[in-house]
Amino acid sequence: MSEIVLKSILATDCGSTTTKAILIELTDDGYRLTARGEAPTTVEAPFEDVTRGVLNAVREVEELSGRMILDGDTILRPEHAEGEKPKGVDVYVSTSSAGGGLQMMVAGVVKSMTGESAQRAALGAGSIVMDVLASNDGRLPHQKIERIRQLRPDMILLSGGIDGGTISHVVELAEILKAAKPKPRLGSSYKLPVIYAGNKKAQDKIQETLGDITDLTVVENIRPVLERENLTPSRDKIHDLFMEHVMAQAPGYKKLMSWTDAPIMPTPGAVGALIEMIAKRDDISVVGVDIGGATTDVFSVFKKTFNRTVSANLGMSYSITNVLAEATIENVIRWVPFPIDEKELANRIANKMIRPTTIPQSLEELKIEQALAREALRLSFIQHKSFAVSLKGVQTERTISDAFEQSGSGETLVDMMELDLLVGSGGVLSHAPRRSQSAKMMIDAFMPEGITQLAVDSIFMMPQLGVLANVDKPDIRKSAEQAALEVFEKDCLIRLGTCIAPVGKMKAGKPALVIKLTLPDGRTVEKELMPGTLEVIEAPYEATWAELTPDKNLDLGKGKGTAIETNLYGGVEGLIFDTRGRQPFALPENQNERIEKLKQWSDAMNEYPESEGE
Amino acid sequence: MAHAYTPGLKVLHATTVQKPRILPLKGKVTVEKGVEVTPETIVCSTNLPGNVQMVNVANLLNIEASEVPEMMKKAVGDTIKQGEMLAESAGLFGLFKSKVESPTEGTIEQISGTTGQVVIREAPIPVEVDAYISGIVHEVIPEEGVVIESKAALIQGIFGIGGETRGELKVMVANRKEELNPDDIKPEYKGKILVAGNYVSLEAYLKAASVGVAGIVTGGFDYNQLKEVLGYTLGVAITGSEDLVTTMVVTEGFGKVNMARRTFDLLKSHDGHFASLNGATQIRAGVIRPEIVITLPAETTESEKSHDLSAGMGEGSLVRVIRAPYFGKLGHVKKLPPELQKMESETMVRVAVIEFENGDVKTVPRANLEMVETD
Repeated sequence: MSEIVLKSILATDCGSTTTKAILIELTDDGYRLTARGEAPTTVEAPFEDVTRGVLNAVREVEELSGRMILDGDTILRPEHAEGEKPKGVDVYVSTSSAGGGLQMMVAGVVKSMTGESAQRAALGAGSIVMDVLASNDGRLPHQKIERIRQLRPDMILLSGGIDGGTISHVVELAEILKAAKPKPRLGSSYKLPVIYAGNKKAQDKIQETLGDITDLTVVENIRPVLERENLTPSRDKIHDLFMEHVMAQAPGYKKLMSWTDAPIMPTPGAVGALIEMIAKRDDISVVGVDIGGATTDVFSVFKKTFNRTVSANLGMSYSITNVLAEATIENVIRWVPFPIDEKELANRIANKMIRPTTIPQSLEELKIEQALAREALRLSFIQHKSFAVSLKGVQTERTISDAFEQSGSGETLVDMMELDLLVGSGGVLSHAPRRSQSAKMMIDAFMPEGITQLAVDSIFMMPQLGVLANVDKPDIRKSAEQAALEVFEKDCLIRLGTCIAPVGKMKAGKPALVIKLTLPDGRTVEKELMPGTLEVIEAPYEATWAELTPDKNLDLGKGKGTAIETNLYGGVEGLIFDTRGRQPFALPENQNERIEKLKQWSDAMNEYPESEGE
Repeated sequence: MAHAYTPGLKVLHATTVQKPRILPLKGKVTVEKGVEVTPETIVCSTNLPGNVQMVNVANLLNIEASEVPEMMKKAVGDTIKQGEMLAESAGLFGLFKSKVESPTEGTIEQISGTTGQVVIREAPIPVEVDAYISGIVHEVIPEEGVVIESKAALIQGIFGIGGETRGELKVMVANRKEELNPDDIKPEYKGKILVAGNYVSLEAYLKAASVGVAGIVTGGFDYNQLKEVLGYTLGVAITGSEDLVTTMVVTEGFGKVNMARRTFDLLKSHDGHFASLNGATQIRAGVIRPEIVITLPAETTESEKSHDLSAGMGEGSLVRVIRAPYFGKLGHVKKLPPELQKMESETMVRVAVIEFENGDVKTVPRANLEMVETD
């Protein structure tokens, strides 16, 4: 089949509150984002038809671009010329997280083995995991049954046992499911979809137990042997069932599905797919984070392994008091650069929870929100690190040199020194009044080590680009992927700059880092940076040659005291040299000293308006 | 004219209230359409499936799972009493038999020869739904429930804890800026709904609960103190199922916040009247607000609403600021400039120019305003 070069692409993301449409066109400068529009999502009453919101968002794109895309309620395809302006688009794709996204329950025999593999498959497919049932999760059978009855998931993924192993445990889980008589969340007119991805030998028994009362699908074992995970068949099946069952129940989706040129993907699934693709293409380690009102998603690729976690109750509005509860008030207050009473702070944050759509009007309110965001991000990342681990239960072969290290199975894959790119998105990061605030929030929350590039997704178009990059039609696959990646680089990411942070115990009064830079415009900079400081040097997103020499006790990635010669890439903020300390990073305990330090660092990054001219 | 859509809370002197009373599972509706009901009238009932007990017979008898079916003394569908024999092993030459007794009364639902598990389902759990308010049965939804209709004064709060309750309203403070004094709470207020002004302390709440007060309505409460009442830190605003003696409805927000004048005056005008109260709150999708419903005689004429909320905020609309620095203040919209404006925080937002009750004129992000529906 001959390959088609796409000239124009329309992509939408139907979120739970807003539907966003983007138009990508092939210009003289390659594929570029040329227009975007948005409209309220129309899944709920009184409209109850998701396509209304899609059409409204597309109409806004039509108005802004001057291109006619709709003929009534039809998206004109393919693009064709009529008069001066082209009409229609070549391809239309969409993602969706409306109606609460995809909510799953997963089950495995051993919680830390097949339970975790099942969780990884469901999260990777873009689902929220409501609960992980396991034979050894400490709950009695009737407690498990009660939990299943309460939750009403969209779908259940059942796994357990390696191929050929014992079957009684996984069959027992199936019996528990049967006793609970689970009902699907949307509508009671259909049977609950259950995917079985466990021990091959148990397939018949599972069919016998669950075949009548659920809509059972059997796929390859998620953990055929202890040493290997096989997530793809389960992930693909989740996507299929999401389309066939869950989406088909949501109002207007049947129509929307008939419009798109590729299957609709769950929003986080599409974002993950894009991040995985970028990491693979550039052979880099990436962390992406999307902080929303109710949840925070973290994606990572380390050692070529993709992981996604959803922190379901760490968000900036609906669940903001939960951030406070989990982080503790002391940890939030430590980032607030002015004195504030604990009770007053707690009340202010709780008032945001009950009025989640409000906006910080005063500077104080903004600083409080950004302090909270640091903790929400930090906690989400801790959860991610403890989940993104090597397979547990695997016997690792050790050499003599390994024998002295505490490494083994179940170790986190997240290595901050190895991290190359940190991408942030979500309201508090994408729409911060100053980009320096986004950069500083990300540095404070993630504490990148060594040399790490920072970026934000300007308008959160990663979902649309993710689904575009995964179009599986042979004739347009290549062109769609190229369009997605080009727009990602040129229009989606805003490069904030690079953070350079040496790791180790600093010595007061002794330079932590000596830098020699040659900037793209030929300027040179030579500086000795003392411990406990932040220093920003303006530099564009072009190669700046750098020679970086850390103190003999500090490591920048090549070992203690070892100098590095490399190219650094700036951005809208530039090169951020962070000698505040890593492992340990500590803030002064004394309130006045702490506030003084916070103000110094804030001034260094020109973070807040009052810092200007001081 | 510029408009913005900002849903607000209802404070209505006389309106028609419709309350759906729906069963959690299909069941039986016990009243007919048009019938008059009181809050205590049972309007529908059903049986929830009983709890399930799983008994691992194979382990208990120390036999293979595949042998379990033949050792069973009961078959699927049989009823069994607590302590009755469920299964018995063959033993050695008919001697040394082991047996398993049922841990509960119920019906045998499953016997598994793969895992050796036996599932016993306990008796169904009866559920009854009452009318909650006085009124007439406006609609019967067969097998599911009814809708009760009544003329009533209706006040929505912003946040509450505890479920449905009812009692006589007792206004405890002289004005809306006063807090509830714990010493004023007397044992004779058992079963009543107390109205405070700007604040209820933890001490006052606990005193009220100790004498059996049915409910409290207040302008504000401290978020930190919720933990002492609930026994856990409230992370997301989904409430209503807590098992509390005293339901609480907060009308304004967390902290010390004066109760809105209209809310306080309306409650005061019903001092001594019977009210139904529900603390259930859900801020996410499908918003549920806590409420106070004071039913009125059927012949009451509905008062005219000052604004049609569905038309959105317009010039002249009565609004309340719901975020610092003007949190809790009421005012009228003077202007709705269409262009984005920069706030002190440097956030670019759509704004409204508000004239407050004291004559001050300030610019506030539209997102930080709530329309107040009054009549």
